[in-house]
Amino acid sequence: MSLIEVRSLEKSYGDGGETSTLALKGISLDVSEGEFVAIMGPSGSGKSTLLHILGFLDRHTKGSYKFNGKTIDEFTDEEMARVRNREMGFVFQAFNLLPRVSVLENVKLPLMYSGIPEKQWNKLASDAIESVGLSHRLNHLASQLSGGEKQRAAIARALVMNPKVIFADEPTGNLDSKSGQIVMKIIRDLNEVHKHTIVLITHETYTAEHAKVIIRLKDGEIESNKKVVDRHKSDEYSK
Amino acid sequence: MTIKHSLKTAVEGLRTHKSRSLLTILGIVIGITSIILIISVGDGAQNLILGQIQGLGSKTIAVIPGREPKGPTDIAQTLTTTLKEKDLAALLKKENAPTIKEIMPLVFSSGTASYGAETYSLTILGVSEKAFSIFNLDVAEGNPFTEDDIKSQSDGIVIGSKVKTELFGASDAVGQKIKIKGKNFRVIGVLPLKGQVSFFNFDEIALVPYTTAQQYILGIKYFNRFIVEADSDETVSRTVSDIKSTLRESHGITDPEKDDFFVQTSADIAKTLGNITSILTLLLTSIAAISLLVGGIGIMNIMLVAVTERTREIGLRKALGATGRDILTQFLLEAVILTGLGGLIGIILGASFSFGVSIILSKVLGLNWMFVFPVSAAIIGLSVSALVGLVFGIYPARQASQKSPIEALRYE
Repeated sequence: MSLIEVRSLEKSYGDGGETSTLALKGISLDVSEGEFVAIMGPSGSGKSTLLHILGFLDRHTKGSYKFNGKTIDEFTDEEMARVRNREMGFVFQAFNLLPRVSVLENVKLPLMYSGIPEKQWNKLASDAIESVGLSHRLNHLASQLSGGEKQRAAIARALVMNPKVIFADEPTGNLDSKSGQIVMKIIRDLNEVHKHTIVLITHETYTAEHAKVIIRLKDGEIESNKKVVDRHKSDEYSK
Repeated sequence: MTIKHSLKTAVEGLRTHKSRSLLTILGIVIGITSIILIISVGDGAQNLILGQIQGLGSKTIAVIPGREPKGPTDIAQTLTTTLKEKDLAALLKKENAPTIKEIMPLVFSSGTASYGAETYSLTILGVSEKAFSIFNLDVAEGNPFTEDDIKSQSDGIVIGSKVKTELFGASDAVGQKIKIKGKNFRVIGVLPLKGQVSFFNFDEIALVPYTTAQQYILGIKYFNRFIVEADSDETVSRTVSDIKSTLRESHGITDPEKDDFFVQTSADIAKTLGNITSILTLLLTSIAAISLLVGGIGIMNIMLVAVTERTREIGLRKALGATGRDILTQFLLEAVILTGLGGLIGIILGASFSFGVSIILSKVLGLNWMFVFPVSAAIIGLSVSALVGLVFGIYPARQASQKSPIEALRYE
């Protein structure tokens, strides 16, 4: 069974009349557990919209989306929030850390909404921070970190609930190439070592080639869905 | 999310915007400050008045000629001639009013006293020798009246301390002669400095035998008041009804509606004056309460701005698993903490101002003024300000909770 099963998915904005725009025009795809999928496409191709729907941040207008065997329509907004909290992790292009609190507090944020007893928070959060190699920055304010460090803190935050799938939206978009490579290595390790399912959005072919599958979108439709033949080796981080 | 962490998150949110938070609650601070100040000063005024009436003694009863005023616009003829010598005699009979301990007729007049070239305008009270026990008075110099002074229409006069200094300065007054309405009076005593006690400022007063006052100053045969003291607190109401029936008999009145006198106890006066100060306090408090409303609207505005400004944060929290309810709670708590804090600051400020007022009134103006911290008003003030946060925070908080995570994350 696929973790993510999408059939003829459509998303329109507006009232459905002539002025409404169709951002996704019948997308079908499957992502099985342990998969590493990159979604590529020029801006306006609908890749962010797709990611938002897959990540329970938005609802589609037509078609069907099953996550972990359940269709999204069965979930209330509250239940969607719970799934986002427990089963999904998010990494954003703009990091979206709370600037005025420490790395530790930032990583603890999903735990606060989880129902996990507070006693375990420190351990879970510092373990996650250690796994992205940021233990030395534990008590620094998020605003004091470099771009690469910010994104690593954000990855730690995405990891802390040990989710089934991690959605990464242009995670290297705001980074220099060296930081970007470090971040991509961490994401790749999450998939290969820790067996997390990864859905990555990028417009850079090089970044996408870390994935096992690349799906190309154009004008809200899937243009191609191919296995990566010439995948970067996991220890190859410079061109 | 547990309430503990909702609280923590809310406090964190406020701490990151310290100066704005403080400015936001200014309206609430001012509102609560004025309410606490008004109520505290009002309570102080009430205590002052009640204290003065109690200074008169809770067993004291005044019999006043004329019809009892029915309301503030009913100008009663309080200076009528209905209290006569025969009424006094009737009241003095033990079988008519056995619970009367002391009774004193009273006449009063204003006049000018002169000593050499010095003159002073003062109130002249015609009293009996019982005035000293009834009004709790003593003499600082000289002697009080005796029964003989009253019987003989003596020319003895006891003057207040301010009258003494105005007329005599530092020199001795006792034994000197002063002139009132063309008649010479011999100063036999001087009252100690007392300040305002009950309704008379005894510092600016002169006491003469009522017989002398009736004959030589006023030229009247009637009395302005009877001051009666009941033998105990329990017998006050019985004494009042005894006085009424005795006087009705003496005046030949059968219908109580046609009474040409009325009786007032200290408790009556205290109640009336207490009502007046309560109404004034209530009025001023309601005006001050309007500022709470304005403060609440101010908070709503700022919260709406804050919600827009923090759209990204809201989106992020939602993406990480916060439910609409979590966000609602967070912003609502922020509003309630803000206004609660404003209320607390207001209570402290209001109490401090009121304390300042009490110092000015007691030290500078010499009033017997006590600072009162209005505990119940403080509790109500704190609850009301928290309520203001709840009421005016709910709309912005709902706006925040209904933001879609996508819209929120996209917001720049």
